[in-house]
Amino acid sequence: MKKVNKGKTIEAFLKENEQKELLRFSSAGSVDDGKSTMLGHLLHDAKGVYEDQLASIKNASKQMAKGEIDYALFTDGLKAEREQGITIDVAYRYFSTPKRKFIVADTPGHEQYTRNMATGASTAQLAVILIDARLGVLTQSKRHLFISSLMGIPHIIVAVNKMDLVDYSEEVFAKIKKDFSAFARKLNIKDLRFVPISALVGDNVAARDKEHMTWYEGESLLELLENVYIGSDRNMVDLRYPVQYVLRPNLNFRGFCGQVASGVIKVGDEVMALPSGKRSHVKAIVTMDGDLDHAIPGQSVTVTLEDEIDISRGDMLVRPNNLPQTDRHIEATLIWMSEQPMDPNGSYFIKQTTMTSRCRLEKLRYRIDVNTLHREKADHLELNEIGRVSIVSNRKLMFDPFEQNRATGSFILIDAITNNTVAAGMIIRRESADDTPELNGKTTDERLRRHPDAVGTAERSERLGQIAQTIWVTGLVASGKSDLAYALEKEIFEKGGLAYVLDGEDMRLGLCRDLDFTACDKAEHIRRVAEAAKLLNEAGVTAICAFVSPFRKARAQAAEIIGKDRFKEVYVKASLEYCAKHDDKGLYKGAEEGGVKGLAGVNAPYEAPAAPWETFEPENEGKEACAFRIFEKLRKEGKL
Amino acid sequence: MEDRLTHLQELESESIHIIREVAAEFANPVMLYSIGKDSSVMVRLAQKAFYPAPIPFPLLHVDTNFKFHDMYAFRDKFCKDIGAELRIYRNEEAIAAGTNPFDLGTQKCCSLLKTQALVDAIRIGKYDAAFGGARRDEEKSRAKERIFSFRDEIGQWEPKNQRPELWNLYNAKINKGESIRVFPLSNWTELDVWQYIYKENIPIVPMYFAKEREMVVRDDMLIPLDGPIPLKKGEKPEKVMCRFRTLGCYPCTGAIRSTAKTVPEIIEEMMVVTISERSTRIIDHDTEGSMEIKKREGYF
Repeated sequence: MKKVNKGKTIEAFLKENEQKELLRFSSAGSVDDGKSTMLGHLLHDAKGVYEDQLASIKNASKQMAKGEIDYALFTDGLKAEREQGITIDVAYRYFSTPKRKFIVADTPGHEQYTRNMATGASTAQLAVILIDARLGVLTQSKRHLFISSLMGIPHIIVAVNKMDLVDYSEEVFAKIKKDFSAFARKLNIKDLRFVPISALVGDNVAARDKEHMTWYEGESLLELLENVYIGSDRNMVDLRYPVQYVLRPNLNFRGFCGQVASGVIKVGDEVMALPSGKRSHVKAIVTMDGDLDHAIPGQSVTVTLEDEIDISRGDMLVRPNNLPQTDRHIEATLIWMSEQPMDPNGSYFIKQTTMTSRCRLEKLRYRIDVNTLHREKADHLELNEIGRVSIVSNRKLMFDPFEQNRATGSFILIDAITNNTVAAGMIIRRESADDTPELNGKTTDERLRRHPDAVGTAERSERLGQIAQTIWVTGLVASGKSDLAYALEKEIFEKGGLAYVLDGEDMRLGLCRDLDFTACDKAEHIRRVAEAAKLLNEAGVTAICAFVSPFRKARAQAAEIIGKDRFKEVYVKASLEYCAKHDDKGLYKGAEEGGVKGLAGVNAPYEAPAAPWETFEPENEGKEACAFRIFEKLRKEGKL
Repeated sequence: MEDRLTHLQELESESIHIIREVAAEFANPVMLYSIGKDSSVMVRLAQKAFYPAPIPFPLLHVDTNFKFHDMYAFRDKFCKDIGAELRIYRNEEAIAAGTNPFDLGTQKCCSLLKTQALVDAIRIGKYDAAFGGARRDEEKSRAKERIFSFRDEIGQWEPKNQRPELWNLYNAKINKGESIRVFPLSNWTELDVWQYIYKENIPIVPMYFAKEREMVVRDDMLIPLDGPIPLKKGEKPEKVMCRFRTLGCYPCTGAIRSTAKTVPEIIEEMMVVTISERSTRIIDHDTEGSMEIKKREGYF
């Protein structure tokens, strides 16, 4: 048998080599930080640079009259870039050590290429951010960190380069570490490390420097790359198996091909197919190398099920007790990647997991300044800009927040006209308080701050003899909400108070006439009602809002906007039969015959309040009686 | 099975995902088959992607008529053994006109028999996606190419105007007449390919293995005599123990001196003597950045 180094047989070497792990990392730094030099050194030292590439690089260096071997030329690729002397696109580089194989997405760092940085970061498990020790933490270094965190990279290594030019000063390194860590605390970063290096000399790049920076006790850059523990980065809990392709070679075999996005799929497991909700059990996990008993994230397999259920590309297999969110409406952070600016009325496709659907950009909530992280008001996004958007897709999406699941929380937007990939998106957890619509209007724009009140709410209350409240009346269509609302308005007014009813018809005809009946529009409708009620309350007037408002979350948001202390939820509790009988628009009949869709309580959900402030049961009492009861209750609470 | 994937398993799964994505999103894909080791690996991955069903698209060999005899023999047997549908396209007009690298130069010859032929083959076959076995580690300009690489109606690649490619979400939208070149082996290195061939026992053309062959030695290059080659003064064939690191057309493919007769020996040799593999293809020596120029024109 042939021998390679250390007397190992080549076969033994191959066995060992086969067990290597893969680590994908991105590297970001600006033109002068010496990023290409650093990578060149890594590649060189890891013996990743072949001899004749070296030879051709020597030629290139000569042509550019640069003299000595320039490590940067190992990584700078295209001719145009070589002429300009800058890296303009993501370049992928490969090298390995006995421990790991590395795929490097080398991404340019200057401002106009946020797009490329995001591209490189999208597949990375780790990011190396380069900082020039002489310059300290610059705005662009912060931008690199921000984008890396936005793209959900779990591990960040900050390589403080050019230490040789600051006399290998420990103080300089410590200050950068402190400054950068302070900034990093604002972001969601799980693992942040610092290493002082000199890419030019090679100190702490591959080999640990034992001469100049004896004060540094950590590992070299390459050692860090080799040793960072990545095993726990994967989501092994939430089974998400997006179906990519359906195999039907014959009538007896129906296999669903896919790559496990997260979680573990096992033979015998009960699975649910989304969006249909149909259930079955995993019969086999088929591969050409033999059946498996389970498959883990990243594995491409073919799954067969015990039952014949209809599943096609874009569907998702999950566990029945662990479901992703299913909705046509998503909230997301968007990075605009096209020269052509975002067109709020444009026609786009969304591609998320294996599903592609037409979609509409419902709303650009704000733009984020990548340098200051401030939110700004904007009506569109330009190339390399980042914003918060609300998107409505034609087909239902199955997704998780990006933070929880990179594979099911990410998507791209494709321009339906040019076919270009125009944006990358990360889905946001919608329940989080930061993202509720009541914060829509909050921007750092000074012009939008409210003028200070000349007359206070307290003074208005005193004048009117009441503390304005919002009575939020919720219930099924035709349950008698408006009847109660107007009865209450009359009751209050006749006894000297001031109240005003906001109901669906009024709002739809005026303030909300631009809104449709999509899920997203309905949410916006409720938000506007809440804002209007809030204004009435601030003017001293009690608002009585009569809206179906079927979702608990939407009502909670309304309470949030209005102020929880003055939000009083009244539940009109009536049976479907009662409502159908009193429905003069024929909606219940229509729903029964199939023509009417989305009728709360019939073919759409209605979530009754868990603990309403007051309940009205029209089948048992008159509206006047209830109105009187509410009036008395308000009076006892000192509001009237 | 352990709860982690090795780098080869990850690469394999990624490639299978890419191949399935194309089969799902395109109406008329084709897999370009060049007979080389990377093609062998790519075809194996396609088999795996659709097992137990057959590969749902044909293989296409763009033939220059200048390939080695061993390559043609291997091609026909390989495709028959695995039951793949093989289509062959040749630029018959140029071949009939006697196009050759000796008279026209390698660039012109390549442009007609490879680049032009490929663009024509895709247009005539109305293929909307074509898989290629290219890897990003082969050459500098490839390092920046996307996995789904967009080509306009005349097959051109525009490196400055590539579609952003994020996560594993590939954009398959094209207009009529346009096409996508797909590179499922983008993230594989030469070592990965050899390691996979070894692990999976994938058949490759015997020319990759060392044996004594008739060669002309010119400027440190070993030029094979698989067909008529104009010899310079004083040149004569000699027996050399050698093998081929890459396979192309016989007039433009050099061999290297080697005694590596098995896959492990090849890998061992590769680890010790590290010469980038495309250097034995003469075509890359034409001008600085020649690959990029070819690619812009539609070459793989």
